[in-house]
Amino acid sequence: MELTLWTYEGPPHVGAMRVASSMKDIHYVLHAPQGDTYADLLFTMIERRGQRPPVTYTTFQARDLGGDTAELVKRNIAEAVERFKPKTLLVGESCTAELIQDQPGALAKGMGFDIPIVNLELPAYSKKENWGASETFYQIIRTLLKDNVNEIEKINPKRWKSLGRRPKVNILGPTLLGFRCRDDVIEIQRILSEQGIDTNVVAPLGSSPDDISRLTDADINICLYHEIAETSCEWLKRNCGMEYTTTIPIGIKNTINFINEVHEKLDLPLANQEELEHKSKLPWYSKSVDSNYLTGKRVFIFGDGTHAIAAAKIAKDELGFEVVGLGTYSREMARQVRAAAKDLNIEALITNSYLEVEDAMKKASPELVLGTQMERHSAKRLGIPCSVISTPMHVQDVPARYSPQMGWEGANVIFDDWVHPLMMGLEEHLIDMFKHDFEFVDGHQSHLGHTATKGPDNKEDEHGRSNINIQKKGNVIWTDSGRAELTKVPFFVRGKVKSNTEKYALSKGLPEISDETLYDAKAYFD
Amino acid sequence: MSKVEFNKENGPREVFCGLTSIVWLHRRMPDAFFLVVGSRTCAHLIQSAAGVMIFAEPRFGTAILEEKDLAGLADAHEELDRVVNDLIARRPEIKTLFLVGSCPSEVIKLDLATVAEKLNTRFLGQVKFVNYSGSGIETTFTQGEDGALKALVPLMESTDDEKLLLVGTLANNVEDRFKKIFNNIGINNVESFPPRQSTELPKIGKNTKVLLTQPYLSDTVRDLEHRGCEIIYAPFPLGVEGSTKWFLAAADAFKIPELKVHEVIAPLANRARQALEKHTEILRGKKLFLLPESQLEISLARFLHNECEMDLVEVGTPYLNKDLMEEELNLLPEDTKIVEGQHVEKQLDRVRASNPDLVVCGMGLANPLEAEGISTKWSIEMVFSPIHGIDQAADLAGLFSRPLKRNQILTSKTLATH
Repeated sequence: MELTLWTYEGPPHVGAMRVASSMKDIHYVLHAPQGDTYADLLFTMIERRGQRPPVTYTTFQARDLGGDTAELVKRNIAEAVERFKPKTLLVGESCTAELIQDQPGALAKGMGFDIPIVNLELPAYSKKENWGASETFYQIIRTLLKDNVNEIEKINPKRWKSLGRRPKVNILGPTLLGFRCRDDVIEIQRILSEQGIDTNVVAPLGSSPDDISRLTDADINICLYHEIAETSCEWLKRNCGMEYTTTIPIGIKNTINFINEVHEKLDLPLANQEELEHKSKLPWYSKSVDSNYLTGKRVFIFGDGTHAIAAAKIAKDELGFEVVGLGTYSREMARQVRAAAKDLNIEALITNSYLEVEDAMKKASPELVLGTQMERHSAKRLGIPCSVISTPMHVQDVPARYSPQMGWEGANVIFDDWVHPLMMGLEEHLIDMFKHDFEFVDGHQSHLGHTATKGPDNKEDEHGRSNINIQKKGNVIWTDSGRAELTKVPFFVRGKVKSNTEKYALSKGLPEISDETLYDAKAYFD
Repeated sequence: MSKVEFNKENGPREVFCGLTSIVWLHRRMPDAFFLVVGSRTCAHLIQSAAGVMIFAEPRFGTAILEEKDLAGLADAHEELDRVVNDLIARRPEIKTLFLVGSCPSEVIKLDLATVAEKLNTRFLGQVKFVNYSGSGIETTFTQGEDGALKALVPLMESTDDEKLLLVGTLANNVEDRFKKIFNNIGINNVESFPPRQSTELPKIGKNTKVLLTQPYLSDTVRDLEHRGCEIIYAPFPLGVEGSTKWFLAAADAFKIPELKVHEVIAPLANRARQALEKHTEILRGKKLFLLPESQLEISLARFLHNECEMDLVEVGTPYLNKDLMEEELNLLPEDTKIVEGQHVEKQLDRVRASNPDLVVCGMGLANPLEAEGISTKWSIEMVFSPIHGIDQAADLAGLFSRPLKRNQILTSKTLATH
């Protein structure tokens, strides 16, 4: 039993709903009690969908449990097939129905329908939403293709040449309630078509069972989100020989790597290598002098595996930040996140507990947080600017404007979204210059629009002025000169300077911290 | 009883379960914690319905059952014990802990009553434990509050003092307003259940007269009756008419002349009717379809027809207690079609066929209906907004006139001109 106040991921059947709702001509009969219908609002309210998810809930009640719940399941399946006329039927159960063991999938298969039936077994007490989405997508592909794969010759990624057509790829992984999937798909298709590569099928988002049946018309697969599509890509590779790409095209470097990977797999010469560097404004914006002030900004990253790893790479290599924390709630991607953290000489945080994330955030004292909507709230409480990079989805993560994360435009969006919450360089410089003027209110954070740091060591009065709460720590005492010097340190690094100085004083066995100690410590840590 | 038409329907539903009521109950009693014993689905449901990210640490949580808990029951009891210990160590300010049963805990027959009993002995004098079920196999949405209140009744001490007990969660400002009006009428000893602090439970007994503020409290009412309380039957205090009759019924139970009530209420009622007028102008003659969810549907239908002059197409309700609703049913127009239960697909067919001007429904259905060109009002707003009493009548009407007004603004001026 695990005490949970808030969860990053829903149960696995919500993942199945994400896949079903992303597709056309499909219906999902979910053996579940009435309360489980809450999940519809994720789609109709958060995604603002104008259609109900294609889901029938059997709505069994306590009084049905003594009787024949299997009959209830069959009645609902029959009604759903009659009413919605799906081309493929998904049948599964939520947590409670799993305990009753009616085996709705087997029941459905015995009802004599002439449509494919996908039996979803999603263990609700051990797995979560993304796993459920991945498994559902895989089971749909397997069910619709398994009878044909034996007849298909192993797909050679270079076959487009002998077939006398442009190369064709599938884009696999985007779903509803996935972070900016809607726009990533457009961006990636645009990039591919610029290179003369056609898109065969995008799935699950916007696809139908007919589209799934023709996945094997493509030369390779593009695995756009490992969490959702890796299992499916592996199956297609194993059974049909279809190669798939593993680079996630988020950030300039990885977008270029991605384009290279696609070209290599297809054996297609890349003609415009030099142009690629200039497709996005991010490299120049990052190089321009104003961005000097981004150098070494301490950034804390937490999200799903795909976006957290991508963010760490961009932060370090493309914006010149220092990554001081990296973590994920995606246990399925823990290995990859740990590896990425190791490259940065930090330890990855793998957890479902947002309170643990908040604690880690506090300890890392970052200047910028890149996280989920929950980290946005935690960062707000700590007075740290934050940009959202990952699910779970919030209505604000479905903006009206085109706002991808992937590709060239994605890099532009990321530059703006991450840098705007920080103070801009020139502005930061001016604040530093004028901070001793009497007009200057300490805690000034220009356009950040949130309250300044309210950490335990840095309480602010109602005017936002800092009232540094200096306490004895161990045997170290701050002298008046030390205290005065500390107030001159810009507020956004003051907490860090204070704790570093104390750490330094303790390690040197100094009883007092004077202004000189502070500079000694600064020299020591610089 | 007027001749309303009763129908029952069975089938797939689109409603919340009783766990959802934790969203307003925990705000009413800030010293209580609601611990759902359930699955990840339960946790996800509550956070999705409540949008809980704004809290540092909410006063509700879920002890999520895992595979190993399902293997053996003794194990699950021990695990729950451990979770409760951790929770109380972390949150020492908790005075009452509600152990809330869910669909999975009911199906595996986890005995929360026994767990609560043991914990009560161990934490005697520090934390009180009660249990109830908010499971979706037994309860719909607001029925969760019924379960929570019923669980508190045994903790209420006895008294023979004469008092008026308002039963059902009210917004604090509405509660204050009601107490003031009752005082003006001449009823001075007025208390509320649930109270604002879980430890300050009102005492009850044979001279306690119970006046319900919410229509979904059947089980609580039964237990209060067993404790000797007298139940005052009245329409519910929604709108001017309902609230007036509600005050009159209370006054009657306290043998206060009707004239005194009218003297106090008349100025408020006149003011409220004036305020209602601008909403009635929009709502008059419009066709209303209520889908089942909160059990407030019958009272809302009565208010929107009698005071706002809307036409009732169909009034859905998840559950109908004819005894508690008798006074309301009497006020409905003849031939009102009431449907208890739901087959959501068939009901939506009827919605489309009747071409209503406004549909009251859950959040899962609202945008899809809007996309079909049908204006909607989410029913969850009724349980989160202060809508009770004469002073709130215009605000209540405003919840329904706003979508129509918005629709008019967007279609007639902005979009249609292009």
